[in-house]
Parts: sequence; C-alpha cells; structure tokens
Amino acid sequence: MRQARYDAVVIGGGAAGMAAAIELNRRGHSVAILEREETLGGILMQCIHNGFGLIEFNEELSGPEFAQRLETQVRSRGISAFLCTTVLDIREEGGTRAVYCVSPAEGVSRIEAGAVLLAMGCRERNRGNIRIPGTRPAGVYTAGLAQRLVNIEGYIPGKDVVIVGSGDIGLIMARRMTWAGCKVHAVIEILPYPSGLTRNIVQCLEDFGIPLYLSHLVTDIVGEDRVEGVEVTPIEQGALMHDKAFRILCDTVLLSVGLVPENELSRAAGIDINPATNGPVVDSMLMTSMPGVFACGNVLHVHDLVDYVVEEARRAGAAASEWLAGYRPEAEIRVKAGANIRYVLPGRLNPARENRLYMRPLIVRNDCRLELKVDGKVVRSIRKAHVQPSEMLSMVVTQADLAQAGRDSVVEIALA
Amino acid sequence: MERYDVAIVGAGVCGANIARRLSQYELDTALLEKEIDVSLGTSKANSGIVHGGFHDNIRTLKARLELRGALMFDRLHEELDFPFERCGILVAAFHEDEMRAIEQLYLQGVENGVIGIEMCSRERMLELEPKLNPDVVGGLHAPSGGILEPYRFVFSLVESARKNGVQVKTEFEVAAARRDGDWWIITATDGRELAARYVVNSAGLHADTVSAAFGGERFTIRPRKGEYYLLDRTTKAKPSKVIFPVPTEVSKGILVIPTVEGTVLLGPTASPARDKQDFATTRDQLEHILHSARTMIPSISENDVITSFAGLRAAYGDDFYIALSREAPAFVQVAGIQSPGLTASPAIGEYVKDLLKEAGLKLIEKRTWDPYVHKVPRARDADPYQLDALVREEAAYGDIVCRCERVSEAEIVKAIRAGHTTLDGIKYYTRAQMGRCQGGFCTYKIIRILMRETGMRYDEITKRGGKSRILEGEL
Repeated sequence: MRQARYDAVVIGGGAAGMAAAIELNRRGHSVAILEREETLGGILMQCIHNGFGLIEFNEELSGPEFAQRLETQVRSRGISAFLCTTVLDIREEGGTRAVYCVSPAEGVSRIEAGAVLLAMGCRERNRGNIRIPGTRPAGVYTAGLAQRLVNIEGYIPGKDVVIVGSGDIGLIMARRMTWAGCKVHAVIEILPYPSGLTRNIVQCLEDFGIPLYLSHLVTDIVGEDRVEGVEVTPIEQGALMHDKAFRILCDTVLLSVGLVPENELSRAAGIDINPATNGPVVDSMLMTSMPGVFACGNVLHVHDLVDYVVEEARRAGAAASEWLAGYRPEAEIRVKAGANIRYVLPGRLNPARENRLYMRPLIVRNDCRLELKVDGKVVRSIRKAHVQPSEMLSMVVTQADLAQAGRDSVVEIALA
Repeated sequence: MERYDVAIVGAGVCGANIARRLSQYELDTALLEKEIDVSLGTSKANSGIVHGGFHDNIRTLKARLELRGALMFDRLHEELDFPFERCGILVAAFHEDEMRAIEQLYLQGVENGVIGIEMCSRERMLELEPKLNPDVVGGLHAPSGGILEPYRFVFSLVESARKNGVQVKTEFEVAAARRDGDWWIITATDGRELAARYVVNSAGLHADTVSAAFGGERFTIRPRKGEYYLLDRTTKAKPSKVIFPVPTEVSKGILVIPTVEGTVLLGPTASPARDKQDFATTRDQLEHILHSARTMIPSISENDVITSFAGLRAAYGDDFYIALSREAPAFVQVAGIQSPGLTASPAIGEYVKDLLKEAGLKLIEKRTWDPYVHKVPRARDADPYQLDALVREEAAYGDIVCRCERVSEAEIVKAIRAGHTTLDGIKYYTRAQMGRCQGGFCTYKIIRILMRETGMRYDEITKRGGKSRILEGEL
C-alpha cells in the first residue's frame, strides 16, 4: 500500500475542494486533492449554462469556465490533484488523520494529513426519497443525470418531458431539453412557491412558455417498459384534490426535488451530522466534531450559488491553515436559528473574530428584517425586501455585535 | 432443430433450481426464459427470506418442501457464493390475544421439527432485538431462519447450471407446443423452435398460459401484489433479525427485513393485482407499510426510504401445485409457488427431478459435475489491503463506479461478461444503482462500460429489455 503525507488533504475536486486547496497552498501548506472523476471541476463541468461567477469574478461565466479559473490556479501552484481516486475511509490513527483511497493506477493509498477538508458536494434526491407511487419504467431520471447525459455524454434521454420539482437544475434542464428539440410539457411543484431562483423561473420557463404548476403533486407514474405519462393532482388547503387529478402524456420524468449533502464518508468516520442541513456540525472554524477535519461547500449545506461555495471554502482553507499553526478559539458562543429560520451555519461564533454566517429562511415574505439577537435583545437588524426558502441569506457578525455576549449568552438569528 | 432431454420453461428461482439439479446428470437440458435476463419476474421482487418452518403445517406440500429446502441453503451458499445469512426470525406479538397465535405457531414449528424454535417473553424479545417497540408482549424466535439476495441466488444457480452444460435461452417466449412422436416441439414467439422429451412448466405468473399451450390442466394464476419499501443502509432502524408480525389468514404480514447487503426492506403488502403486468406501487399501500412496520420498530423513518417496488405472487390455491400432468404427456407442473417458494426452491428442484424420473427420464450421474461457481471478489467486501491486492491484479477494481454501494468497474465488466447486458441485470448482479442515489451518479458510467464491452449502440441500452430504452436520441 502506497503511503504519503500532506499538511492537508482535500476530499473532492469541485469548486469547494479547489478553492480550499488554493487557499491552503497560498498559505504555504502542502496539499493534495482527491477527486473520484477523471477531471477536476465537479458538477460545474456539466453546467454549460452561464450565470456563475458574478460575485467571485465579477463577470458571468459558464460552469466549465468557472471551474477552469480555479483549475488554472490549482495547476499553476503545483497542487497535487489525484484523479480517478475514490476515498474509502477517513480514520484517526496514532494521533493523526489517515485518508484511505483507491485508484486504478495506484491501488490503495494511505495518506496522512494534518488537516482533512471535506468537499464532497451533494447528491440529488430521487424518486424513492419523495415516494412517488406507480410503475418502475425506464425514463425516470434525476435532472442532474439528464444534464450529464445531454451536456457531456451527448444523448437525449427522452422527447416528451415532465419535470417534477422546481429546483434550479430542473429549471435549467427545462430550457436545455427545449433547446435540444424536446417538448417540456410541465414543471410540477408541490409547494405554493418555486424552489429555484427567480431568475431561473423567468429565463428557463417563462421565456419558453413552459407551464409551472404550483401546489400540484405527481401522484402516479404510468407505463410498463418506458414512461407513458404521469398523473398530477392539485393540492388545495393542504389536501389532495383527487377528483381534479389529470394526466400528462410523456416519455420522460425528470426529478428536481432537492439536494442532499453527500456525507456517507463523514458518517462512517463518526462525524456528527446536523439533521437540519444533513451536513456536519461545525464550529466557528468550520471544523467538524472530528478534530482537524473541516467541511465546506455543498457537503456542509446546500448552497444556491457556487460563488458562496468558493467564499466558504476559502474560509475553511484559511481556518485549517490556522488550526495547523496551532490557533484555537478561546471561547465560542452558540448561535441558534430563531423565528422563521431553518438553520444558521456555522452554529458557533468566535467573539474575538468577525464571523460570516449563512442561513436559510423557512418562509416567503416581502419587506422584513433579519435580526441578530443576544439574550433576547436585537443588536442588529438588516432590512430584506424579499426572502424565500430557495434563496440563502448571509450576515457578518462582528466583535462589536458580540461585545455584550458572555459564554452562556443565547445568540439567535430570526426573521421578523 | 436442437433436441433436448428436458426443457424448463421459466428461469426464476424454481426453474433455475430444477436446471441446476438436472445438470448433475448426463442430460441435455434447456432453460427457456421469455425475458432478456433470468430472475426478472417474481424471483427478483420478494422478501428474500429463508423461512423458519413454522408458518405452515407439515401435512402440506409447501411446508414439507420449505423444511427440506431450508436445510439445503448452507451447502448451496458454500458452492454458489450468493449473499446468505442465518440471522434468525422473530414473530412479535403486541397483544395478549396474539400470544395464542404465537403458541399455535410454536406448536406447529415443534411438530414440523424446526430446530431451536422458542417462545419468548417480552424481556427475551427485547434482548434479542432491542429496536423492537417496547410495547411488545412476547413472541417467537426461530434462530435458523435467514436472509439472502434472491436474484443473486438465481444468477448463481443459472451460472452453475450453465457451467455444467445447461443451455440457457433468454427472450424465448413459448408461443405454442405440439407433439411429434415422443417429442415436444416448442415454438417461441420469434419463430425459434426446439424439441424436448420432457417439459417442466415453472413459468411462475404465466404457468397457466404455458400449461394451456401444452394442452395441460386448465387453471388460473391470480397474481397477488406485494409492495415494498427499501431503506438506506445508514438507517438507525436496522434490526439484526427478520421481524414478523402475527400472521393473518391471507398473508404473513408486513415484515422488517435486514437484507444481507445491509439495507432494510419493509413489506410486503398483499392485495389482488389488476393483471400480470401490474407492478405499480400505490400511495395507500405504501402508507400502510410504513404504519405497520413502525408498530414493530418505531424508529423507522420515511427519510431513510430510497426506493419502493412491487412484486407479484403467482398465487393458485392454498398449496404448491407440483405434479406430473394428467392431461399432457411428459409434462411437469410447477405452479402456484408463492411464499415460501424461495425457501422451498432447492427442494422443489429435487422433487421435480424425482417426478421426471418417475415419468421415465433416465438419470445417470455426471462424473464431471462441478458444484462450484467462480467467486467474484467485491470491492465492497474487501479491506484496504485486500482491495490493494485486487487492484494490482486487475486495475479496474480501483475504479469505483457506484459510490453508494462501492461497486468497481471490474465487477460491472464481470456482470456484462456473465450475460447481464441491461441496467437492471447489472444492478442485480453487482448492486450498482441499488443504493441511496438510485443510479443518479453511475448510470452514465455503466452505459459507457456497456457500450465499450458489447459494442451496443445507445438505442440498444435498456433498463430490462423490450421497449425499456434508456436513451431516445443523440445530439
């Protein structure tokens, strides 16, 4: 078995992994990226539409272009990137961390790492997760698989399409399938509001006249060998209106019903998982419950924009660097999700530093306030013209905000 | 025209067991299957249980075959390398009245000669399975009961039969049969013909139409549907034993089954199917599964569900119907094989061999018969050192294609070379696409490997043959 040692090992070579590795390298550490696919870039490589990089690069890039920018830095800095390499296990061994991985070229390697950065991304929820009844014909795919098949493999999975869920990938695929000459008959969303970004609703559905059915549920998939249609049932006041159900004929069902952080390695390593995010529980340094193991990007929580992923990953890289240099926060204060907030991440604040927090609302509302409360007292309030669950919120909490907070203070973030 | 001593119609678990049993003799045997691969009917969608031998009375044929079959699995497991474990079975009672039914099962088990069967107090039940609902009042423990991967069992049986000379013909759907002297001439829907001296009807759901084609007894298979949920291996609700409720008149009830491969299966329901193609799951039945399963193990969560599916029981009457036909010559009926068919299947193979002998088939043992199949190492089962050695021998073991179930490219290639050229066939052979992402990440990789290994075009890639095409066009 091959043995190696690096200051830091980054698991996953997508946007998060590359950004974290660049930051670590910039700070003088030896870094290795372990990537299971044949290329760096992760899921960006199949996102050939534009809209990436507005914050990070101040210009509008396609997914592969965004990935290319990061990869160029990875390469020019001489960061080791092991491709076609699957991580099997993260273990604590003899006071250090060991990452076991396998590749066709090298067999199994054991890589010792001062710090490990989790950047494995997320996966799509599938038909089983949302329990759509019916038959099990060919023609039911997740939107991301369809995107891969069309944009990279060069195949059209089907001609007459119904999209279940209005997540961003589904919306993007509605447009992509239309461009590929397919007929997208409908996008069906169980909630009374869309799950994807507003700009995608406009640019991918409205511009192409694709109907969006809000408060509707796909209640049956029909077809023996290949999909022949779906049954759609309206929801009124939370109840299924079976007498108003209708059928849409199609040969393909694409599912865009949410993403789940891919934490199987983390779970197997015994790392604590936060049920609200499905990502690891992390402290103010984005460090998980396993000392020296950090998490960033979609493996930590699902982001809307890759620009936020890169920002967070850079912070994780910086934190790992500081941790390697021996820095430990003196005290941390817990921060909780208050009214109308699903989660706040990270869940701990360092009162000696500036803290960037990400949070996701539970509600759709216009004209409201995002509030930081310390022991019940609002210490800061930010006006928001519009909030919705599909759009992540962010806040910087400063040392001044926490001046009155003690170790046992209750800090929470709420929408009012 | 190809001529055989025996033609077996239907390559499910019964046909496969019969074929392998006959492969021990100097016979030319053909195993005919209408689907593109074996084990695609009832044998792929069932509970995968080696039953405990207490549900039915020994006076029935099915109980006798179940008891005999159950004892044959250890040796089969050794020879055929399919996942199998005697994890034990619990029947849980949640009301004092149910304890009377438990006692009946216990007495029946004792009469049937089941080894190790015991009545359990509440305390003993919770000790044997701490995840049980603490409201349990007592139950039954049958330590010899077990679990297996049913399709892997069939694949291995067929591989073994094939290795010992059985001809397997897939996509051979019997359309008609006629007598020509002492021979049966069998015609497939695509026009292929073959001749056989003896025919075994193990066509499962379609045993009635096959019987009719041969002029055999008229009977009707009435499919009864069983719906299932599959839970991810990360679920906290995985028991260590198969958990049964107290059975009802019509079924053994909704079970919680820890599969050999680490996932958890909930089901089956029991409702009449609309027809033999009715594999649809329904919202009501799926709700019923979760509700019933939670009565036994409260920590079951819908968040752990990765897929649902339905299988059809080939129901006919109360007992198995295995007999020489009185209507059609040299024709053996193997019909109405519902639960505990999988458990009984090795004994069915033996029983049918004896029936054929009774009907005049000459059985001469084959000196060269080899009971073992080639064991395929699995990346998932290897520790880092073993995996390292595997990769050094065969680099493709280092390419993990299916991340959820940790399946390497080497295993996918072996599945394809063993004749499994559909996505479902590869799934059942390797487990790729069977995990939590349900093929979201690996489907395109498997398509690439399939094309490379077989030269198939994109429009020849199917989920399970027929019109189940995966891709509808090229860019």
